[in-house]
Formats: sequence, C-alpha cells, structure tokens
Amino acid sequence: MTALAEPEQQTDGGSRAKLVVVGNGMSGARALEEILARGGSELFDITVFGDEPYGNYNRILLSEVLANAAGEAVDNEDADGFDDDELFLNPVDWYTDNGITLHAGVRIVRIDRHAKVVMGDDGSVTGYDTLVLATGSRSFFPPMDGMWASKTDLTPGVFGFRSLDDANGMLEHVADARTAVVIGGGLLGLEAAAGLQAHGLAVHVVHPTEVLMNQQLEASASKVLRSKLEDMGMHMHLGVKTSEILVTDGAVSGVRFTDGSDLDCDMVVVTAGIRPNIGLAVLSGLETQRAIVVDDRMRSVDDDDIFVVGECAQHRGEVYGVVGPLWEQAAVLADVITGADPDAAYHGSRLTTKLKVAGVDVAQMGVKTPERESDEFVQFSETGRGVYQTVIIRDGTLIGATLVGDVSKVAALTQAFDSRSALPEERVKLLFDLGSADDSASAADLPDDTQICNCNGVSKGDLVGCVHDGAETVSACMDATRAGKGCGSCKGLVREVVEAALGGAGAEDPADSYYVPGIPLDKPTLMQEIRAQELKSVSAVFAALAPEGRDDVASKMGLTALLRMMWPDDYVDERDGRFINDRVHANIQRDGTFSVVPRMSGGVTSPDQLRRIADVADKHDIPMVKLTGGQRIDLLGVPKEKLQEVWADLEMPSGWAYGKSFRTVKTCVGTDFCRFGLGDSTRLGIDIEERFKGIEGPAKMKLAVSGCPRNCAESMVKDVGIVAVEGGQWQIYVGGAAGATIRKGDILATVDSHDAAVQLTGRFLQYYREHANWLERTYDFVPRMGLDYLIGVIVDDTEGIAAELDERMQAAVDAYVDPWAADQDEATPGQFHDALPLIPLPQVPVRSSEGAPA
Amino acid sequence: MTASDEAVSVRLGPVDQIPVGEGRAFLVGDEPVAVFRPRSGGLYALRAICPHRGGPLADGLLDGEVVMCPLHNHRFELASGSCVSGGDVDDVAAYSAEDDDGELVVSLVAP
Ligand code: SRM
Ligand SMILES: Cc1cc2nc3c(=O)[nH]c(=O)nc-3n(C[C@H](O)[C@H](O)[C@H](O)COP(=O)(O)OP(=O)(O)OC[C@H]3O[C@@H](n4cnc5c(N)ncnc54)[C@H](O)[C@@H]3O)c2cc1C
Ligand code: SF4
Ligand code: FES
Repeated sequence: MTALAEPEQQTDGGSRAKLVVVGNGMSGARALEEILARGGSELFDITVFGDEPYGNYNRILLSEVLANAAGEAVDNEDADGFDDDELFLNPVDWYTDNGITLHAGVRIVRIDRHAKVVMGDDGSVTGYDTLVLATGSRSFFPPMDGMWASKTDLTPGVFGFRSLDDANGMLEHVADARTAVVIGGGLLGLEAAAGLQAHGLAVHVVHPTEVLMNQQLEASASKVLRSKLEDMGMHMHLGVKTSEILVTDGAVSGVRFTDGSDLDCDMVVVTAGIRPNIGLAVLSGLETQRAIVVDDRMRSVDDDDIFVVGECAQHRGEVYGVVGPLWEQAAVLADVITGADPDAAYHGSRLTTKLKVAGVDVAQMGVKTPERESDEFVQFSETGRGVYQTVIIRDGTLIGATLVGDVSKVAALTQAFDSRSALPEERVKLLFDLGSADDSASAADLPDDTQICNCNGVSKGDLVGCVHDGAETVSACMDATRAGKGCGSCKGLVREVVEAALGGAGAEDPADSYYVPGIPLDKPTLMQEIRAQELKSVSAVFAALAPEGRDDVASKMGLTALLRMMWPDDYVDERDGRFINDRVHANIQRDGTFSVVPRMSGGVTSPDQLRRIADVADKHDIPMVKLTGGQRIDLLGVPKEKLQEVWADLEMPSGWAYGKSFRTVKTCVGTDFCRFGLGDSTRLGIDIEERFKGIEGPAKMKLAVSGCPRNCAESMVKDVGIVAVEGGQWQIYVGGAAGATIRKGDILATVDSHDAAVQLTGRFLQYYREHANWLERTYDFVPRMGLDYLIGVIVDDTEGIAAELDERMQAAVDAYVDPWAADQDEATPGQFHDALPLIPLPQVPVRSSEGAPA
Repeated sequence: MTASDEAVSVRLGPVDQIPVGEGRAFLVGDEPVAVFRPRSGGLYALRAICPHRGGPLADGLLDGEVVMCPLHNHRFELASGSCVSGGDVDDVAAYSAEDDDGELVVSLVAP
C-alpha cells in the first residue's frame, strides 16, 4: 500500500531526532498529540506506521457506526449514516499539517534494535532514535471448525469486531442476513448484538458462563442486565459454548453448540476476547508476558529507546482494555520522550467504566464483590425497573461500586472512589443522597470529628457548635473558629458545613461581597465612591464610608493597596494603614526579625553582586542566606534596626518579597545559551520585571518566562507565564498556580513580539488590579471572570478600554520609587525601632530599646 | 510580674514618639510593653508579646478597639487585652498608659 500523507521536508539535515511510531490506533495517535503539545515537532522528525489504511479513528465509536448505519448501503470508503468528522480523530491532513510522515497501510514486520531500524511489509527500512510501539490488540478467534476459509481469511459471514473494516464488512453483510450469532457476551459482544438488532436481525448471544459481562459485573448485576436485554428481544444462550461453525456453499449457515444442538444463522460475530499484538516485540527480543512489559516511564524494560503505550503494554502486571488508562500512559510517555518532565511516571490506573450496553447504562469501578469479611457491602436492586446497585467499602473507603440501569450517582461515587474521601455514615446515602443537586447533603453527612481546616485544626463539630451558639453567617463562624484563615484552601468546605448546619437557608451573607470587611461595599461600588468623593487616604475612606466612620483593623491593608492603585500619584500615605512588612519593606519572621530579598531581575546576577551580598552577610552576621523559590537570594534574620544599613550596604533595589505586589519573573536561559531556546526568555523576563517591579495589587503576582515549551521556568503555573514557541511567537498563560492551589494557566494570547508580550502582560495585570477582590489570586480571578471574557477585554478590546488600561499601568510604572532608597530616612518616628525580640519563648531576652529606661 | 501596690510606673518620654495609629515597644522595668495610639484617641498599653506564639504586638495593625498581631492575625482588645479572635489563645496583660502633658507614662497596673 502507499503512503497517504507525506510532508514536504522529509528530513532536515538530521538535526532532529527520528521518532517512529508503530501503530496508528487510539493510543498511538494520542501519544503523538501529547508529544506535539510538548513541542515535539521541534524535537523530532516523526514517522508513523499503521497497518489500517486510514488516518486515525475513534475505535470506541465503531459500536455506533454499526448501529447508526442501520438500513443504509455502505461502501468501503466511508461509513455512511455516520459522520466521518466524528469518527476520524485525526484525518490525513492533520499528519501533513504537523509535519508527520504517515505510512497508512504499512505493517511493520521487524525491528532491528542494533541497527535501530524498523522494516515494513512494503520492503521499507526506516531508522529511528526513539521508537514507540502502539500496536494495540486484535480479536481473538477461538480455534473451531468452520471459522477460517483459508490461513488468512475468515469464512464469509464470520466477523471479528475490532476495526473499521470489521464494522463495514458487517454493514455490507446485514442487508441479506436474518439471524446473527454473537460468540461471547462481554462488552463488545453485547454492543455488536445491539448494533445488529438495530438492523432488524434476530440476535443470539452465546456465552460460556451464566454471567454476562463477567469482566465488569458480578452475578446479580449481570442477571438484571440480562433480563433487560431479553426484554429487548435478545436471545441468550448462557453456560454453553460453540463447538463449530457450520458452513454451506462456502458461507456460514449455522453454529453447533457443545451440547450437540444446532442453531441456523447466516452471520457469526466473534467477540471472545482480545489479544495484544506483541508478535513484533517477541521477534525483536523485547520482554513480553501477556503484553510488552514496560517500566513506569512506559519504556520497554529491555531497551531505553523503545516506548510502549496502549493495549499492547503491560505495566505492573496490568494490561488495560479501555481508553482512560491509555490517555494517562500517553501523557507520561510524552513527558519523558520530549523531556518536558523526564521524571514523569505512570503509576497504574484505577478503572472506572461507564458504558451504555445495548442501551442499558452500566457503571463499574473497583472490586465487584466484597473480598474480606470486614468489607461492607451495600446492595440495592429493583428488578422491575431493571436497576441494580452495589457499593463496597473497606475501612471507611469506597473500594468498589456497580450500577446497572440507573447510574445517576456515578459522578459522586467516582469522586469518592478516586479521592478515597470520607463517606457518609449512613452508607445507603451513597446511592441515594450523595451527589444530588443539594450539595449540603454531603457536608451534612461528614462525621463531627472530621478536620475541616488543617491549618487551624478546626473540626466540623467546632463549626456546627458555632452555629448552635448563634452564629448566623459563614464569616461569623470563620471568625470564631479561624477556620479557613490559614492557607484558605478549605473555605469552600467550611461554607458547605456551615450552610448545612444553618439548614441551607439564612446563610446568605452580604459581607461576602465586601471588598474589605469594615466597609459594606463591593469593590466596584467602593471604587466609585472613592473616586466620586476623592478619598485619598485610608482614614478618609473610613470616615466617609464605614458604619459610624469606624476604622477597622482587618480592612486597612486592603484599602491601602486599593488607594495606591487608584491614586498612583497623589495617594495620601498613612503608615498606620500598612501592614508591618509594608512599613519596613521586609518580611517579618517568626522571631520578629526580618528577611531582606533584593531584586535580581529575571534571576540573573553577577559576581560583583554576589560578592556584595557575601560581604553584607559577613558584616551583619546574617544568620541565614538562602536561595528562594523565586530565583533570588534571601538574607534572613535581620533585626529591624539594621534594615536600613543592610539596604545601604547592598546597594541593590528591593525585591518586594514582602508585599501583595508584583514579585518576581522567573526565567530560563533561553536563546542565549540553551540549545533548545526559541525566544530570548531571559531578556523578556528582565524587561517585564524591571517594568512592573513592585506594582501593588490585590495579591501577589508571580510571573515566569520560558524559552521553549520545555518550560523550565514553570510558566504554566504562574499568575502570568510566557512561553516562547516556534515562529518567534510567545504564548501568554494567565491564572496558573502552584502554591496552596495548583492550576494550569489558560492561554490568553499568542503574540508575535517581545513588545506585545510586555504590553499584554501589563494590560492583564492592570485589569486584575482593578477588578480582583482583595487577596484574590489570579488562579481564582481568571476562572471567576471567564477566560473568553478576559480574552475579549484584554486581547480583542471588546470594551474599548485597552488603551486606558495601558495608560493607567503606565502611570503606576512612572510613579514607582524604590522603597529601600526612599526610606533611608525614617518616614515615621521609630519606624525601625525594635518591637522586642521574641524567640526563644518564654524567656524573652530583654534588650533596652531607645526611649526605654534600663 | 510586679504586684500592684508597688507598681512600677515609668515616664517614657514624649507621646509623639509613637506615630498616630501605630504602636511602639518599651521596657517598663523588666516588662516589655507595647503602647498604642489609635487615631480615635487615647493611649493603651499591653504586654508586648503575643500570647499565641510570641509575636511582636507593637508591630501590629490597630483600629480604635483592637490590635492585630502581625504573625497570625490574632486580635486583642486595646483596653482589656482580651483575645477576641477565637481559637484557644490567652488574653494579654493590659496596663495603664497616660498622656501627662505630652509625656507618656506607663504603670504596670490594670488600666
Ligand atoms: C522565601 C520563600 C521561601 C523560600 O525560602 O524559597 C517564601 C516564603 C514565604 N512565603 Fe511563599 N515563599 C517563597 C516562594 C513561594 C512560591 C514559589 C515562587 O514564588 O515561585 C510560592 C508558590 C507560588 C504562589 O505564589 O502561589 C509560594 C507560595 C506562598 C503562599 C501560597 C499562596 C497561594 O495562594 O497559593 C503563601 C501564603 C499566602 O500568600 O497567603 C506564601 C507565604 C510566604 C510567607 C510570606 C509566609 C508569610 O505569610 O509570612 C513566607 C515569608 C518568608 C520571608 O520572610 O520571605 N507563599 N511562595 C520564597 C520567596 C520567593 C521570592 O524570592 O520572593
Ligand atoms: C467496538 C469497540 C468498542 C469499544 N468501546 C469502548 C468504550 O466504550 N470505552 C473504552 O474505554 N474503550 C472501548 N473500546 C476499547 C478501545 O477502543 C481500545 O482500548 C483502544 O482502541 C486501544 O487503543 P490502542 O491504540 O492500544 O489499540 P488500537 O486502537 O487497536 O490501535 C492499534 C493500531 O496498531 C495497528 N498495528 C498493530 N500492529 C501493527 C504493526 N505491526 N505495524 C503497523 N501497525 C500495527 C493496528 O492496526 C491498529 O490500528 C472499544 C473497542 C471496540 C473495538
Ligand atoms: S516559607 Fe512558605 S512553605 Fe515554608 S514555612 Fe513559610 S509559608 Fe510555609
Ligand atoms: S504570635 Fe501573635 S497571632 Fe500568632
């Protein structure tokens, strides 16, 4: 057969490594997609061999192809009655567009691992540096008389059910067929049976045990399914085997059972299991058991250059036959092959199967039946309606569930199964309450001693106690218990628990929308008022807008930040509105000393700078000098009185490691040195950091710029992360996080130039400064606003405010002064006076501070 | 701590050394004391060390009623030293602080 797609530039001087993929099925194609997503087309010359004469299609949809095309004539080229676009995952064009050479219809027959070449059945010999085997499985045909017409051809009327050709072959045959026998009552067999029934055939399913779909279901569940299928008119022959296929005039005429009885039919579909395609690997000397044995990197255990993915891979003894695990394998394989994450590891998959079998919903996860005496087993069956459900619990954790006929609880169960989360004490709620629209049910079901807030050790009981003591709002309970006031990640759960305790109602808390707790206005209204009344200091805001003009300690920081953003030039600075860090431009430590982190834009330093830092550390006896997670150097343990001296000696600008402000831009070496660099990430990072340094906002802003999609600066988990891609472009990600929350950033835009990247970064940050709630990081802000909306406002300027945003950011940039230089003179009396050293406790070393008598 | 009948009382210099709205730390005898001067008026003195984990209360933010420790945000009433932020945190000792004609006078007695 011939190659269907061949891109123009076949090789480019051998500079890129050669990646060859054998097998163009679901996992092979998925692996390719994952590799491309990690910049694979830059790294590799990619060649794919698939022995099916098509691009890559969605095998799962073959059941639908078979059922949907009911009653229509079908030719071999395409399956009429079924949308090709849906069936084909990647058409032939896709390969060309991505520079991949596809040899469709070519079967690889040998691998020479020493010469590092693969040989095709068309006589071709193709070299590789890295080889991926994704050969999948094939139908298993049990040995029996009448199955085969020749060594390679099945008797006319006999079909497997694996490939598009199988499905099309059946479709051609059904027009003249009246009775079909399906050998094997597993998932595939029942799908085939339902498909054929749709074409008006009488369908008989032959299965060797009493339990249909015995891989997924135990006996009782199977029985429910069976009676549903029988209601639909399917004929079941359970506990018997087919011994022979009867052939008349060279075509199928019936089957004979092991009990000697015969059944006339004009079509047989064999779905008696699948076998991994491992012949190639066996011939090439790779370790195979049930399938090709791989390590956690999805590499053959014998050969570091050969990777294996999909149904032909055996990982930790498991061979998977559904796609979920294959997706996970493909991602790991791509991480390792491209170097995006050389240490990525696949740890196996927990299987959750959700299917519609011949129109009946079935879901199954984990174990099918209790395995130990102590396992709890909850069972519900309503045979009249064809509903059967079980859950199996071990040591309070869901380890298995089976649902037939009604799978409405599958989402909640899957979640409990995957997360091993706490289960309601009344187990039956797993099937009836959990996951219902009323979320409070699940919080209500948590045991009282469940720890809700891990930072402050607050249990569900503590929160419920608060409600019983009269607290009426979520924030009142949070204030009283401090739940949710540590890292904040439990806030959602705190809310659920409190709302449930309040009976779901009455928990509406207007204070939730306030920008700061002491002023009953949301951010837009607050900003309007501030602007309208020209309030330029924190005390003026309290006087004008707080109830009875009362100031509020918890509102001061937020107001200070807001006013500094709104009035970059003429904000009235009140030092008592600032948190201690912002009064002394350093981060307070547990012992009352401070840390000093000078700015090193883009993480780039110099011998001279390092010498100076070393000298300062010596001179001032700095107890700890540490490289930070933000690519700079932290001098820790500096007493407040010494801060000014340390700054002066350092002669470096402030790194703002203490503020709710623009912090750092991590960079990688980029084009200057890295052999993979596509863009000058160091330059861009430095320029962005120099431009936006110290700009304050509702929360910290941490950025990164990476020189290629290997993403060494971790740009995808930054508030704004920029990645150089081929063609001189930069991808801008926003809303990423890898602290208390982990979130992959969303692509805001792909731009053509360094300047455009700087501009959009500034515009996004300004919009964030103006619209985010106090302490709302971009990882919450971006999803709250919605990515499409943000792209509209910031990139496409749908609201016509882009120019204003740029202008206001420019004003903030222009108003910047380095606080370390500015506060070399005290801004207030005793600004840098010791507030007393505090550790070790309780013996506080008494030092005489200025103004205090000895 | 010193008994009240022989209470230590110390003149600590001008009130103005504490900026309005802030606090500053002093030693009164052996006792570290944080003195606060809220914008709404008055002078308040508390033991300078947070009973939670030793945070420096003089570095805290304050309003007319409470000071908030800079380390973990526990709040203490300026007038009484009671912890009002929940959790299991002890109260902090409150002392008397006065403005004697522009001079700050702190006595280690309850206010
Ligand atoms: C010094 C440093 C640890 C180190 O030794 O490397 C550090 C130290 C602190 N981090 Fe951090 N973080 C440091 C890098 C990070 C990073 C990594 C990074 O910046 O690339 C993260 C994850 C990214 C992120 O920001 O999400 C990080 C996530 C946090 C968080 C969690 C924020 C979140 O919402 O997820 C907090 C808590 C908070 O902000 O409320 C936090 C809070 C803190 C505080 C400020 C604790 C506090 O509230 O006082 C620590 C202050 C120590 C000090 O005196 O500077 N730190 N922290 C790092 C300073 C980097 C720098 O050069 O500026
Ligand atoms: C009808 C049907 C319904 C299904 N329904 C579901 C479902 O609902 N949910 C689910 O999760 N899974 C379902 N599956 C299973 C799912 O399709 C497979 O798990 C998945 O396709 C396996 O992917 P793979 O890439 O490992 O193998 P395959 O998709 O089989 O791909 C392997 C490819 O490699 C080719 N190949 C083999 N050897 C060579 C060689 N030497 N040289 C060149 N090419 C070679 C093969 O021709 C084939 O194209 C269904 C399968 C079928 C058949
Ligand atoms: S430096 Fe960050 S992670 Fe480490 S203890 Fe402090 S807040 Fe926690
Ligand atoms: S030390 Fe003061 S609140 Fe923790």
